[in-house]
Amino acid sequence: MANGVPAAAGQQSVPRRVISFITRWTTATNHKDIGTLYLCTALLNLFVGGTLALCIRAELFVPGLQFVEPNFFNTLTTMHGLIMLFGFIMPVAVGFANWLIPMMIGAPDMALPRLNNMSFWLLPSATIMLISTLFMDGGAPNFGWTMYAPLSTTYGPPSTDYMIFAVHMLGLSSIMGSINIITTIFTMRAPGMTWMKLPVFVWTWLVTAFLLIGIMPVLAGAVTMMLFDRNFGTSFFDAAGGGDPLLFQHIFWFFGHPEVYVLALPAFGIISQVIPTFSRKPLFGYRTMVAATILIGILSYIVWAHHMFTSGMPYGAQLYFMLATMLIAVPTGMKVFNWITTMFRGSISFETPMLFSIAFVFMFTFAGCTGVMLAVAPADFQYHDSYFVVAHFHYVLVNGLTFAFIAGAYYWYPKFWGRMYNERLGKWHFWLSTISVNVLFFPQHFLGLAGMPRRIPDYALQFVDFNFISSCGAFVFGFSQLIFVYNMITSRRRGEPASDRVWEGAEGLEWTLSSPPPHHSFQTPPKVD
Amino acid sequence: MVGLFRLLGACLLLSPALVNAQINMPRGVTPVSQDIYGLHMYVIWIVVGIMAVVYGVIIFSLIRHRKSKGAVAATFSKNNLLELMWTIVPLIIITAIAIPSIRVLIEMDDYDAADLTVKITGHQWKWQYEYLDQGVGFFSTLSTPIEEVIGVEEKNEFYLLEVDEPLVLPTDRKVRFVVTSNDVIHSWWVPELGIKRDAVPGYVYEAWARIQEPGIYRGQCAELCGVNHGFMPIVVKAVPPAEYDKWIAERASAAKTAQGSRSDLTLPEAMKRGAALYDQHCGACHKYDGSGMPPTFPSLRDSSITTGSDINRHIDVVMNGVPNTAMQAFAPQLDDEELAAIITYERNAWEHDTGDLVQPSQIQARRQ
Repeated sequence: MANGVPAAAGQQSVPRRVISFITRWTTATNHKDIGTLYLCTALLNLFVGGTLALCIRAELFVPGLQFVEPNFFNTLTTMHGLIMLFGFIMPVAVGFANWLIPMMIGAPDMALPRLNNMSFWLLPSATIMLISTLFMDGGAPNFGWTMYAPLSTTYGPPSTDYMIFAVHMLGLSSIMGSINIITTIFTMRAPGMTWMKLPVFVWTWLVTAFLLIGIMPVLAGAVTMMLFDRNFGTSFFDAAGGGDPLLFQHIFWFFGHPEVYVLALPAFGIISQVIPTFSRKPLFGYRTMVAATILIGILSYIVWAHHMFTSGMPYGAQLYFMLATMLIAVPTGMKVFNWITTMFRGSISFETPMLFSIAFVFMFTFAGCTGVMLAVAPADFQYHDSYFVVAHFHYVLVNGLTFAFIAGAYYWYPKFWGRMYNERLGKWHFWLSTISVNVLFFPQHFLGLAGMPRRIPDYALQFVDFNFISSCGAFVFGFSQLIFVYNMITSRRRGEPASDRVWEGAEGLEWTLSSPPPHHSFQTPPKVD
Repeated sequence: MVGLFRLLGACLLLSPALVNAQINMPRGVTPVSQDIYGLHMYVIWIVVGIMAVVYGVIIFSLIRHRKSKGAVAATFSKNNLLELMWTIVPLIIITAIAIPSIRVLIEMDDYDAADLTVKITGHQWKWQYEYLDQGVGFFSTLSTPIEEVIGVEEKNEFYLLEVDEPLVLPTDRKVRFVVTSNDVIHSWWVPELGIKRDAVPGYVYEAWARIQEPGIYRGQCAELCGVNHGFMPIVVKAVPPAEYDKWIAERASAAKTAQGSRSDLTLPEAMKRGAALYDQHCGACHKYDGSGMPPTFPSLRDSSITTGSDINRHIDVVMNGVPNTAMQAFAPQLDDEELAAIITYERNAWEHDTGDLVQPSQIQARRQ
């Protein structure tokens, strides 16, 4: 928080200091300040969502109902999903975008700083509204984060309307953020920073921003129709009134599938920055990396109904969605192969960010393989809505993307704050997380194949062993993250001062700035050759 | 704290009941389930192969090309042939996966020439089975007692996977299922039959099975459908065709005779039946003590409907439900005697003590 604080802050009285602290952050327009706000909010939400997850795993430790009632269990799964997606993974990606994009393209700030402020402050408002539903009469939304009608419309608790409003605000926030990012990348690049010189992280965010602009209005439409069905007597999704419950699923997944890549692409971008640095070798296949990013973006729009194989679709539609889904394996595979070839014949060292990135490549590849299995429509009739799916998407989102964002956090920490994090604690964090996260999610594949449906508060006796193991992993994983927070907080003051370049193999404009970087990143545009 | 004691208690109760955990998809007993299993294993071996190559190269690099071993970084950053290759090779692999998948998909879609048709309707939280050609139909609900769920009794072998009345099907005959729902979306899933079909209100979704071995096959609802989603299992009892024919004939004639017989209830009789039926059909939402989960599931205690003088209002709500709420219509699900018993129970339980006794004839009168 060294940047932009008035020099006299130290001498002010306590209430004045509080007021100036509040005004500084609420009126922040600087891209680094807003990036910090995004990252801190995301971290906070990670722990809120994580606490809910631990409640779920506590209930599933052994069969029988021990801690929570079935209805509250359903609100736990719903709120866990919503908070993790909208409150953690999306904001953490936007936080990195805000911090890094101006520095990477040689700009002083984002193109639209005030819009930036507004798109951030919508986020905590929406998250607070979302979390407040937990304390409302009738309980929080209890129909799963997918909000399938008519469970969410006719049968939803009254708090559903608050959730809908929160989703509207989150959508607005994402759309404004995306417009800002697109405008920045198009108009604020330093002279000589041509499209094919953009760092991959910037490319992935450009595609992500376009995806967000395409899908967020669709989600807003879906929840608006829900709102009308609930309150104004329409029957968009009510079969009895001539509506169609499957329409909701089509609209939802038209948002929901690209959303997966909205979350994944920025993580791919981070990995594409980290791996070359610690392999001391340029990124292999930059052009195919960019092409694959764009291709994933396009394909993600046309595969949504693979979430609905068992919902009821004509044979031809099943065939099409199966084949289109399998095609996504091609550009995703290109990325994985490029990362591996970047490491191949490099000079690899194992600092914490690299460890997390390598773990990402391992576990994300695994998640991709189970993804190919799920794409096989006939087999999906067995996998769908079972713990196999739960295991698959947690391997994507936790073992994959969350690991990538943690890698990013360690990688740019010295650049952001001018001090090194504690490497020893970082390694402890890595090994504890990597082992426990696999103990947590790997057995869930077995549970799903053996027939355990998802979102159940209690289970039959053949699922006892693996649920027990999985819950043990969950608690170790959850508490290991406290090491990360401790490391981040204490190193701000106690860490070794960082050099400008920080890492021996680091390439890119952000490393030419001081650590921490000046308030307005590049006052005069750098020259890019 | 109470939770913690229950947890410890459950651990103790459980230890003798531990069964060998299954780690793979069941092979199943129908042509479709076996083909799905074959496809599943085929794709698993392909992805294991991919992972072996990918992980092999990474591990090789991590060992050989590390800085601490003095590795010097190469400078190459592109290779057109290599990049083209890993676009083409995955395309070939997915084609190899797609072709057998299409074949199984075609097989699954063949609903013609079925020997019998069973209509499956999902309700919150039970399954209704109707043998359309024979006019036989019944509901199938969880039969695990609540005491096992909350951990005061030891859990039996088929905990949460047992029902009062299983779906009886013949082996070696082609059974066609039509699946739909009465309220929210459910999903009828029996892994060993290779069938999972979402039950969507307003839609009828087909599936078929030709069961090859007699036996009992268990499954669960797979789509989140509200509070008791985890408590609506499916049990399929497959019997040889002769035995099935005998069973269905008995059920069909029993269904005919049951229609005439209707006798009056006494209060203690009605209360006893009503209590059991209430727990089975109403207790999940309105709670076993009638307190409900307001506002979605109102409390029945001291409510004007359950204690007011207008009994017909009470009867109408139970029989026809309340539109646009979670209260479903029970008239099509329960017979006159059952409805009378439940309503009598609600009017006299929880210290309501209205003394009202509703007779099956009253219900029948309001059915028109």
